[in-house]
Amino acid sequence: MNQHNDKELRELLKQAIAPATNTELTRDLWPQMLKRLDQQQPFQVPWFDWALAALLSAALLLFPNVIPALLYHL
Amino acid sequence: MELLERFAAGDLDAFEVLFRQHQKQVYAWIVRIVRDSGIAEDLTVETFWRIYRSRARFDPAGNFGAWAYRIATNAALDHLRKSRRETELPEDLAANPQPDPAVRRETRQRIHQAFSQLPAKYRLVATLALIEDEPYEKIADAAGIPASLVKVRVFRAVRMLRKQLTSMGMEIGARR
Repeated sequence: MNQHNDKELRELLKQAIAPATNTELTRDLWPQMLKRLDQQQPFQVPWFDWALAALLSAALLLFPNVIPALLYHL
Repeated sequence: MELLERFAAGDLDAFEVLFRQHQKQVYAWIVRIVRDSGIAEDLTVETFWRIYRSRARFDPAGNFGAWAYRIATNAALDHLRKSRRETELPEDLAANPQPDPAVRRETRQRIHQAFSQLPAKYRLVATLALIEDEPYEKIADAAGIPASLVKVRVFRAVRMLRKQLTSMGMEIGARR
């Protein structure tokens, strides 16, 4: 009885939800793919920021007495 | 160097060639599962993004198409898991826009509702096996599970559907 019911349910399902026929891709997705690849590039710090950070570190090492003054003003 | 070797080494041109060779098949597979062209396009891009990201793990002696199908199936499955409670089953790709007159509108709605409430892994195999008539072997390869497990999941999906429909007051076995 259950097997018969399962068979009927399968038939009902097929009638209620038709198979997809419009499965043709209508446009090239490569531009979207490129955009996705660009978005996912690892974050890069510009060279100028690195140079600025290096300069600041060097200045603090050379003149440590400015650190309290700097902290006071921050 | 062969195309697949170049791809595995991170060559973007080789990836583009593979993308263009396989995008249609991958899209067609995904759209059968998610049944929405816009979502299928996004998931096709997601699939190739996952492919590109895991290129170092790909064996150039292997079958790129089969690997792509498997990743596409996982991407579609992830989507079904996320969207289970949010969406009803879209119908924009249905072969027959006119519903079968033998099946009443109310019955169709109930079946749709019950089907969309199936857990994602059951909905995946039920869609491919029962609606799209894909062979169990092909579904098994794409889902990365044995064919026997596909059969079990289809069986359970039918049982869950029946239980759900019965709880909605629809008797399977009684005529519509």
